[in-house]
Amino acid sequence: METPVIELIGVKKAFGPVEVLKGINFKAYAGKVTALVGDNGAGKSTLIKGLSGVQPYDEGIVKFMGQTVSLTDPKAVSRLGIEVVYQDLALCDNLDIVQNMFLGREEIKNGTLDEPTMELEAIEALRSLSVRTVQSVRQKVSSLSGGQRQTVAIARAVLRSAKLVILDEPTAALGVAQTEQVLNLVRRLAFQGVAVIIISHNLSDVFKVCDDINVLYLGTMTASLSVTETNQNDVVGYITGTKSVEE
Amino acid sequence: MSIPSLASGHEGGVMDQVQGYLRRVKNGEMGALPAIGALIFLTGLFASLSPFFLTKLNFANLFVQAAQLAMLAAALVFVLLLAEIDLSAGVTAGVAMAVFFLLLRDGWNWVIALAVAFMVGALVGFIIGFFVAKVGIPSFVITLGFFLGFQGVQLILLGEGGLFRVDVPEIKAIMNSNLPEIGGWLMLIAVLAIAAFLGFFDRFRRSRKNLPNRPVVFLLAKLGLIALGGGIVIFILNENRSVSVLPISGVPIVIPIALTVLILATLLLDRTQFGRHLYAVGGNAEAARRAGIKVNQVKIMAFMIASSLAVLSGLFHVSRIGAVEATAGRTIVLSAVAAAVVGGVSLFGGRGRVAHAVIGAFVIVMIDNGLGLLGLPAGVNFLVTGTVLAAAATIDAVSRKRGGSGLFKRRRPAKTTE
Repeated sequence: METPVIELIGVKKAFGPVEVLKGINFKAYAGKVTALVGDNGAGKSTLIKGLSGVQPYDEGIVKFMGQTVSLTDPKAVSRLGIEVVYQDLALCDNLDIVQNMFLGREEIKNGTLDEPTMELEAIEALRSLSVRTVQSVRQKVSSLSGGQRQTVAIARAVLRSAKLVILDEPTAALGVAQTEQVLNLVRRLAFQGVAVIIISHNLSDVFKVCDDINVLYLGTMTASLSVTETNQNDVVGYITGTKSVEE
Repeated sequence: MSIPSLASGHEGGVMDQVQGYLRRVKNGEMGALPAIGALIFLTGLFASLSPFFLTKLNFANLFVQAAQLAMLAAALVFVLLLAEIDLSAGVTAGVAMAVFFLLLRDGWNWVIALAVAFMVGALVGFIIGFFVAKVGIPSFVITLGFFLGFQGVQLILLGEGGLFRVDVPEIKAIMNSNLPEIGGWLMLIAVLAIAAFLGFFDRFRRSRKNLPNRPVVFLLAKLGLIALGGGIVIFILNENRSVSVLPISGVPIVIPIALTVLILATLLLDRTQFGRHLYAVGGNAEAARRAGIKVNQVKIMAFMIASSLAVLSGLFHVSRIGAVEATAGRTIVLSAVAAAVVGGVSLFGGRGRVAHAVIGAFVIVMIDNGLGLLGLPAGVNFLVTGTVLAAAATIDAVSRKRGGSGLFKRRRPAKTTE
């Protein structure tokens, strides 16, 4: 059996008396798109915040590429090769695409910014994802559409040669065509060998793009399914708690 | 290789580039255009109304006055880019100059005394930055506190005496003496050399990576404009502008000093990681933080630079009047904010350049100077300056909405590829 890129074993998190994560087991594999679904308050955000190092878990083991790691610092997490693309995207409107993609890790030469190198690498990263919707990589991000912004945010993860990319509601604010583009982008990302985790409310998107589906229900992982073995009705059942798997 | 599917904005001929520029302007990236328009308009207006406006003497005056204001406005650019403000920049300079005066009186060497004055400025900037970044007090409030408090510090340090003479010939020379004729031309050659070096070096680096370059005519035109504009200015300044028997000619010494600092500030903002991070924090502090930028450090640095440059502006003032004033820096800071905003620096952070502040400073100084020559009462001066500032802030707010991705964004019609 292949080693998962990320594996959570018995992860717990509580805020005071409220147990938000009650011992979660979770795996995501290279080249696969893994969905994390669940109703509001199920613990999705807490799980992701733990993975990004923003809000470390209380208990449990985290294995990254088979090695036990402690995810307590966002910078160290990013250095491991874990990138989170947040729902609100966190791009600087006043900077252009290249500047945003290299934000915080600019290429420096002789003490000054190495713009040509950054531009070239940004173009290559976007090209590797077959992005064609962007007119110019020197466009200000403020002039981009929602889908294009999502593209830039995802391409930034590619640029950083992430091994695990976590997408928080990547299609929530997008129209039909743009959603399609972003989903294609996600597939290409996985095709490059990246492990992708998608958090989504939109089950039709999940079924279009994901390989595995994990359902969180009130802090427990109630189901880990392969898309081929299940259907939307079942997943809705797991999300709302009317269905459960005994393992 | 075929044309890459992803452009970098450097492709195409002259017309493509011009069209691209016009499109950006239409989308709200106007930069200093309104201010440049205002400069041309004001020059024409005052030249036609006052026979003194275009005299050589007044021409030189404009530059000397603008140097002081431009330096303070450039200082404020660093904090305005963060969507912050430093109302105390003027009085910080006043306090630093008071310290400078006291040290001189105690017999210190002027160079060391000046170094201490700059350190005072940097320290004040650090404290303000600390309060803004770490404590989380809005800069408007904390710098208002410093603005009031430092007026007191100035009075306590100097006493109520008003003017305190500074008899250092080197300091006085900054605003009151001029370069020999050849000095002006050498300065122009140096500026041209820097601009040409940077321009061609950038092109070289791009072409080495097989990236497209803009048509070279743009760079040549830019260099030509610098040569022509600078040449005219230096030619006029090198003429005798004296109205008495003793001839006065040459580029005021303050010009090369200010120019050097302004160019360095521009390079810092445009070409270093710190500059990039400053723009990022001003554009979206949360995004900058998530990208691993130490937001607080950047903010503190920005306030330190602003206060230090403000001290230089204060030094120019001391040089001009040959004395330290106990009330220095109270009003000029507001003119400097006005200058920066009029020049196209956004009050909302993330947009603006040092050059904008300089152009804005010329607009403000020209209004002041021109209305003064017309003999209009001071009230009119304030009224006009205020109106210009309000107009500039309006342009800023409107263009921000148009360029932004918020609710007010006007979608570009049809041309999107999606």
